Amino acid sequence: MATKYETVIGLEVHIELATESKIFCSCSAKFGGEQNDHVCPACCGMPGMLPVVNKHVVDLGMTAGMMLNCDINRVTTFDKKSYYYPDLPGSYQTTQWFSPVAVNGTVRINTSKGEKDIRIKQIHMEEDAGKLVHDDWTNTTFVDFNRTSVPLIEIVSQPDLSSAEEVVAYLERLRSLLRFAKVSECRMEQGSMRCDVNLSVRPEGSNVLGVRTEMKNMNSISAIERAIEYETARHIDAIENGTEELVQETRRWDDIKGKSFAMRNKETAGDYRYFPDPNVMPVCIDDEWFDGIKASLPEFPEVKKDKYITELGLGEYDADLLTESRALCDVFEEAYAECGMAKEAANWIISNCMKVLNRKQLTADMLDINGKALGQLIKLVADGKVGNANARKILDEMFENDIEPEKYAEENGFIVSNDTSKIQDVINAVVAADQKSVADFKSGKEKALMALFGKCMKELKGNCDPQILREMLLKTIQ
Amino acid sequence: MELYITKNEKATGKIIALDDMILTKDYPTAAGSKMLDGYMSLFNAEVVDRLTNGGYSIGGKAKVGELCIDLLGETSYFGAIERNDGTLITASSEIVKIGEALAAIGLDANGTSRRAAALNGQICVKPTYGTVSRFGTISIACSGEAVSVTANTVDAVKEVLDVIVGHDDKDGTSLSEEKCALLKSNAEFSPAKKIAIAKSITDSAEDSVKSKIEEVKSVLEANGIEVCEIDDSVLSVAKSAWNILMSAELCNNVSRYDGVKYGYRTPNYTTIDELYTNSRTEAFGELLKTAILFGSETLSTDNYMKMYDKGLRIRRIIVEKFAEIFESFDAVLLPASAKNAYTKADTDANKYIAYDENLYTAPASITGLPAVVAGGVQFIGKAFSENTLLDIASKLEGVGK
Repeated sequence: MATKYETVIGLEVHIELATESKIFCSCSAKFGGEQNDHVCPACCGMPGMLPVVNKHVVDLGMTAGMMLNCDINRVTTFDKKSYYYPDLPGSYQTTQWFSPVAVNGTVRINTSKGEKDIRIKQIHMEEDAGKLVHDDWTNTTFVDFNRTSVPLIEIVSQPDLSSAEEVVAYLERLRSLLRFAKVSECRMEQGSMRCDVNLSVRPEGSNVLGVRTEMKNMNSISAIERAIEYETARHIDAIENGTEELVQETRRWDDIKGKSFAMRNKETAGDYRYFPDPNVMPVCIDDEWFDGIKASLPEFPEVKKDKYITELGLGEYDADLLTESRALCDVFEEAYAECGMAKEAANWIISNCMKVLNRKQLTADMLDINGKALGQLIKLVADGKVGNANARKILDEMFENDIEPEKYAEENGFIVSNDTSKIQDVINAVVAADQKSVADFKSGKEKALMALFGKCMKELKGNCDPQILREMLLKTIQ
Repeated sequence: MELYITKNEKATGKIIALDDMILTKDYPTAAGSKMLDGYMSLFNAEVVDRLTNGGYSIGGKAKVGELCIDLLGETSYFGAIERNDGTLITASSEIVKIGEALAAIGLDANGTSRRAAALNGQICVKPTYGTVSRFGTISIACSGEAVSVTANTVDAVKEVLDVIVGHDDKDGTSLSEEKCALLKSNAEFSPAKKIAIAKSITDSAEDSVKSKIEEVKSVLEANGIEVCEIDDSVLSVAKSAWNILMSAELCNNVSRYDGVKYGYRTPNYTTIDELYTNSRTEAFGELLKTAILFGSETLSTDNYMKMYDKGLRIRRIIVEKFAEIFESFDAVLLPASAKNAYTKADTDANKYIAYDENLYTAPASITGLPAVVAGGVQFIGKAFSENTLLDIASKLEGVGK
């Protein structure tokens, strides 16, 4: 009988933190910008600059640790890791080697085989390196230091994963939890979430680990899936058929060729000579700080979803859509608290807000409007004070400015007026000017009524209860 | 005999000389190395801004040994400075001595400032770690280095120290304003009543130095201060521990000088590895290269626990030993160097002589405790006890000159 094999996988996931500024200086940590726009003498490794820790980085490191059920090290230290590379301006990276911010966590994943807990070995904070830009035409390499010193956390799992499916579930779970806690946007395509895959293969049931290989800097979930499948097959082939000798090494995944390649030994060898950074004092996390972070943690998305369905009466589909993103949940909850209408609040976000986001080419995470104001707007519509078309105009304005919807409606003449004599005047004028539509309607063309209705509504600038207008219009032309 | 790398001929009023380890945006900073020859900083060191805002005039940049880790400046890429009799001179100390500046600001990591002041019969203070911002100084051994002040009188040292002491947000190791205020000249202090002589360290020095210690002892006793010898065997280990910590931190700090972004770049390269290796090989001097190799070795995976980690543990033991001594004494008296003068022949015979001389300067460097040189000898006190130490120094003006 052929031997059955199991794959043993551990992941190191790098996540860029959603801070405004870099980890040790006040430069912007935002993605993009012109090359070398977000730099200063500190993140360029100029002599004489000293690192000063950005406290928000520690906040987010702790938050990530708590979201993944880790123990938080109350005294956490930064250490220097030395190696030469042109994208590393000081020729060292400041990271956490001796006392990382969080240790011993778990992440629960759900796959076709059921639930499973993946153990987290540690989470440490560190700075990112810059980026090399190669120009083949001039055979020159340029360095862009914008990304240098952008804060990262590295989440190191135990080798508890055993398939591509589990790895994907794990990464998606991490992404969901960390986005929810606003630790990171976790955008693989922008490099704010990257992954090193450590993989070995052994006969099923064996407790001895096989030879491990590492694939670095994977930045797409589908590529990771393909790489794991390829690498697993390569290991089994080597063990069964002796096609090659497996060695512990770092490999590069080429997604276009669909193969992994050994990296030159030189790129991976070396002694990093870690030692405590004397310029960064140990960070001591007191009870007040710890408790403050603990209190700020969000509910897990599935807890919220459950609450939306059972307590607020939303459908599963709506609850699913909202809990995709913390931003949607926040706006929804604020709007609901204001207007008390869960279904309407969900609809406004899922249809109207999403439409505006799409038009602006923004993602759900970028929804940044005042939820309380949205609640007020929903109330205005429900109370018949503002018509639907005008309400959407008010919503557009809410994306631009922090407005009070009722005041804005008043100032812009969006308040519904059910002054029947005024409505009758408008109807009379429209009917007088469009006798053709009246005749069409009378001869049985229902559509003609809509044309007249639309003209009246336009004339009234939308500020009319549609029901009333319809009834008065029918009365006039019949 | 050129003492300056760059001299500011327009300096007037109260003039301060800067060791060429202190970054200035108006003058280049070479740190005594070919690597940084002509390097222009984009910003001033915090001490420079404090001094110029305080009405002081920068007299120029004084020559230093390469990265300031040698004995007296003899490894400078711009040449050693000697007197006619062949004895070595440290530039910043000499500029003050001959009256061209009121005081000199240095970076004391390997004891150079203190050593030079002792040999020149001057007053030098290496203040408590964290009380003077290191922002804008060329880093060597960040865990123990301090900005130092050298002058011919205690009053001048106090005046300048008052200007540069204080909290700085740009230095993560900078102490609070409240703590810094403890060592300003207007802070209350208790004059020293009992001083301990570090016996074995003193015994290891030459007779000329020992007799200086004796002379100082009798002056202090005449001033009603009790002076007695103590067992200092623990303190003498500071040398080896500091040589490890200093070299390791140095090796990491100078790794930024790689020929890629600024500084010297070799014309002889085709690959990035050649660019690094040849730039550094061609630009660094022998002592610095040795320090880098030694420091690298102490941090390697095989040696970290045996060397660097042990160095940290010894630091802790020495800090505790000092705390114990200060339960009974107000200061520790010890030499600042083994000899009263050094020649080029001394440093040629022993290229690593500065590492040996750390016997005298490392105890204050490794602990971050304040040290004051006066009367050609050195006093180490409790944290923030600068006023007590300078008060001792005031009794010694005229001694050891």
